[in-house]
Amino acid sequence: MDAAAVEAVWRIESARIVSALTRFTGDFGLAEDAAQEAVAEALVSWPLDSPANPAGWLRAAARRRAIDAIRRRAALQDRYAQLATDAVAGEDDLDPDRIDDDVLALMFISCHPVLSPEARVALTLRVVGGLSSEAIARAFFVPVPTVQARITRGKKTIAAAGVPFELPAAGERRERLGGVLSVLYVIFTEGSTATSGDRLIRPDVAYEAIRLARTLAALLPAEPEVHGLLALCELTAARFPARTGPDGEPVLLEDQDRRRWDHAAIHRGLAALAKAAPHGLGPYGLQAAIAATHASAPSVAETDWDRIVLLYEALGRVAPSPVAELNRAVAVAMATGPEPALAIVDELVATDRLPGSHLVPTVRGELLTRLGRFGEARGELELAARLCANERERSVLLRKAAALD
Amino acid sequence: MSKYMLIMRGTDESNAAMMADIDAMMAASREFIEEMLKAGVLLAAEGLDLPSRGVVVDFGGDTPVVTDGPYGETKELFGGYFLLEVATKEEAVEWAKRVPAARGSKIEVRRVAGDDETPGS
Repeated sequence: MDAAAVEAVWRIESARIVSALTRFTGDFGLAEDAAQEAVAEALVSWPLDSPANPAGWLRAAARRRAIDAIRRRAALQDRYAQLATDAVAGEDDLDPDRIDDDVLALMFISCHPVLSPEARVALTLRVVGGLSSEAIARAFFVPVPTVQARITRGKKTIAAAGVPFELPAAGERRERLGGVLSVLYVIFTEGSTATSGDRLIRPDVAYEAIRLARTLAALLPAEPEVHGLLALCELTAARFPARTGPDGEPVLLEDQDRRRWDHAAIHRGLAALAKAAPHGLGPYGLQAAIAATHASAPSVAETDWDRIVLLYEALGRVAPSPVAELNRAVAVAMATGPEPALAIVDELVATDRLPGSHLVPTVRGELLTRLGRFGEARGELELAARLCANERERSVLLRKAAALD
Repeated sequence: MSKYMLIMRGTDESNAAMMADIDAMMAASREFIEEMLKAGVLLAAEGLDLPSRGVVVDFGGDTPVVTDGPYGETKELFGGYFLLEVATKEEAVEWAKRVPAARGSKIEVRRVAGDDETPGS
């Protein structure tokens, strides 16, 4: 069996192995190290002698490594004796439902609020997604040692804080679930907003976030916002095939060939949205509903912009944010006209709620162009280009500014 | 990530074996589907009705000829599929190895070609 086959088994089994080991040892960091050692062992030994039951082999090897690690800790002799007895009892006496709870607990631990946002992202991708440090580093354009340091520090923080391996109590759960959802969404946006750079790995990061969101939806089918996030990701990803041109340049929504949208993904997104909606939508569900309105329109002109304005107003009430406000301005411009939209943007500028963002002058420039105030529009678009960090977007902005001469 | 289709290819013998203990097979399938859902990789799964209830459209002549369901020559029949979204072909194969399939049947693992590519390119 070659390395790719080892990785395939690892990817399917890693979350369950780490979570079962964490429950077994009570030590999340040790469990993760033992599982990593087991996969390293498999990479060496499987090409020579491939096991009949690769998943069972990995589980047993990880368990052996964990016991070895505990044995080395002289102070934990008693615990070791107890674990060694448990180990004899066999390892497949695990309740499958318990395993699901274990994977869920693992997601909550990886996204624990004691961790920095970067550590949450790295731990989730590594421990729940089974991605290597190299893959995570490639995806986030950071050096491999940085990712490794974040993972190590994260595990130490979890240990130091004495985080128990269990699902949060019911009262705390909703709040903590919000943290898990936001980490998955950060991973998704990181993978989906980059239109430049290494195009091969970044969409894969977005799809990994979708895979994890699907997992979460299967484990927590009664949580509307989980379905809302899944719907939002599916509907956004549905546009990926039409979003860049042959040279990787971004294609604006109005210019996208909608026949190239992934209609199966739209269908899945709408199905997830239906599950998110029974008692009103939360912030992810509302954003998904906006994406769904775009997805079901044949063109920009035929889009139900009034509905999008209403959805942005609802979003502004449940989760006020300057970005949502800016998007509402764009929708108002499409539904009613540039004049009232400009008033919303000017209010954002006056209150300085998006300082340093290229998005405000971008939208302002577009609105001023539509109002025929070309001189001011050019100034805004040039300002936006100066503030914009993405090469591809910057060239689009400069082209638009130049077209106003 | 890529999409892969796991195509179930039963034979008359394996289909008969499956029908002999259909409840056990259905239970195992449900469990397997559940496992793929929880791994976040399953996009779709369908099983086909009996081949005798189908029709065959034959393009052997100048005009298509329609006959009732594939009879005879049924060594390996498409019986259903799983559509997965996974990172590698090996991962798709690993899932295929876990399908609760009747003895004698086969599973074909095929990547779904993107809309901007010609198969084989």
